[in-house]
Amino acid sequence: MTVGWVDVDGERYPATDGEKVRDERVVDGLRLWHPRRSKASAALVKGVDIPLEDARVLYLGGGAGTTPSYFADAARAVYAVEFAPSPASRLVDVAGTRDRLFPVFADARKPSVYAGIVEGVDVLYQDVATRGQADVAVKNAPFVRDGGRVYVVVKARSEDVTAEPEEKYEEVADRMEDAYDVDRTVDLSPFYDDHAVVIARR
Amino acid sequence: MTWYERGTDADAVTEELDEGGEPDARDLPGDAVESGVFGTRDGYYDALHQATVEGARRRVDEAVDTAERDVINAVRTLETVGDSLNELDERTRDWREETDRVPVEGVVEGRNALEETRDETRGFIEERTPELAPNLSNLADPVLAARLIALAGGLDELARMPSSTVQVLGAEDALFRHLRGDAPPPKHGVIYVHPYVRGTREDERGSAARAVAGKLTIAARVDRYAGDLRPQLADELDEKMERIQGRDDG
Repeated sequence: MTVGWVDVDGERYPATDGEKVRDERVVDGLRLWHPRRSKASAALVKGVDIPLEDARVLYLGGGAGTTPSYFADAARAVYAVEFAPSPASRLVDVAGTRDRLFPVFADARKPSVYAGIVEGVDVLYQDVATRGQADVAVKNAPFVRDGGRVYVVVKARSEDVTAEPEEKYEEVADRMEDAYDVDRTVDLSPFYDDHAVVIARR
Repeated sequence: MTWYERGTDADAVTEELDEGGEPDARDLPGDAVESGVFGTRDGYYDALHQATVEGARRRVDEAVDTAERDVINAVRTLETVGDSLNELDERTRDWREETDRVPVEGVVEGRNALEETRDETRGFIEERTPELAPNLSNLADPVLAARLIALAGGLDELARMPSSTVQVLGAEDALFRHLRGDAPPPKHGVIYVHPYVRGTREDERGSAARAVAGKLTIAARVDRYAGDLRPQLADELDEKMERIQGRDDG
């Protein structure tokens, strides 16, 4: 299993082979992974490589499970952590449709809680909309295997409404250096305003 | 410790979450197979899947119920506190100059404490309602979203209502007067406080209330059954309202 690409109306979109979970389009038997519906898809469309195939993934901020479902279509195992009850409830529904999607109802700021459940991972993907986004990534670093890839979505506005987005991305990247080697930052426009993904390696 | 050292079912996962441990990059499936608890990695993953889904289901359902009850209680408290504040302000308005004859000081103190309670309660609602109902809170403000949830008796109940019912939630008295044949049907209930209803001139206010109620109903359903934030719902309402408010007279 891997992430494929499909052509729709002259555009190329990521797509995966898996059971439909929302109202996404199915093209040539593949689930369209729309870059306006998922920041991970936006990153892929912008040329970011996320090596999901056969990977073990820790997904922080699993939300209602839409993006984790695409991850689980390609990966070996996806641990999706979400703490807000309402989205977590949808996440559990989605996890029921994916054998290798494991829902963890816990606070990603307290990784010790799920230490005995989450294995060492090849990929850490994080999309949490709380303050201290970099701290969350650093605290969860022990789960990431040496050489593992890390993707941290930064929402500029959830940190400080007055600061320039670029300053915020840089600040998060700096803080992440405590646990990772930061590679680069890719902003997610035009799909998401004031969002970027910081890419790093353990 | 690990979850599989406690058992192989949902209780083991729940117990492990409660106990916690030191995060590391261990090969848990490999260790589990080596220890003989599972025959294969696939066997390990199958058991973990069933255990995490079951365990999370239980805890999440409890948490959703609690979160909903909290929001409903908070918004009812907000209304009671708001009413008390208004009443106190009215009652003491004429007293203020006569401090020696009536116990105004204590009343003012109590009033100020109430005001603080009101602000704290509102802050709580603004924080919690978007977690429970992100789209409803995005289209209405969180306080209105919480009032609709409270009036319906829960998000599940709200999501099952036709939008014509949502439109008049909170106007039950007027609705029953109408059903008795004593009055015209109410155009709106609490959604009146939505800027798109209140801010629309009177001859189009019924259409505005219908449009707002329709979109809020869809938002409640997305919140209940999908849970992801869909900003396009707000865009669609904006467009619709632009058309309604832009209509010429006559």
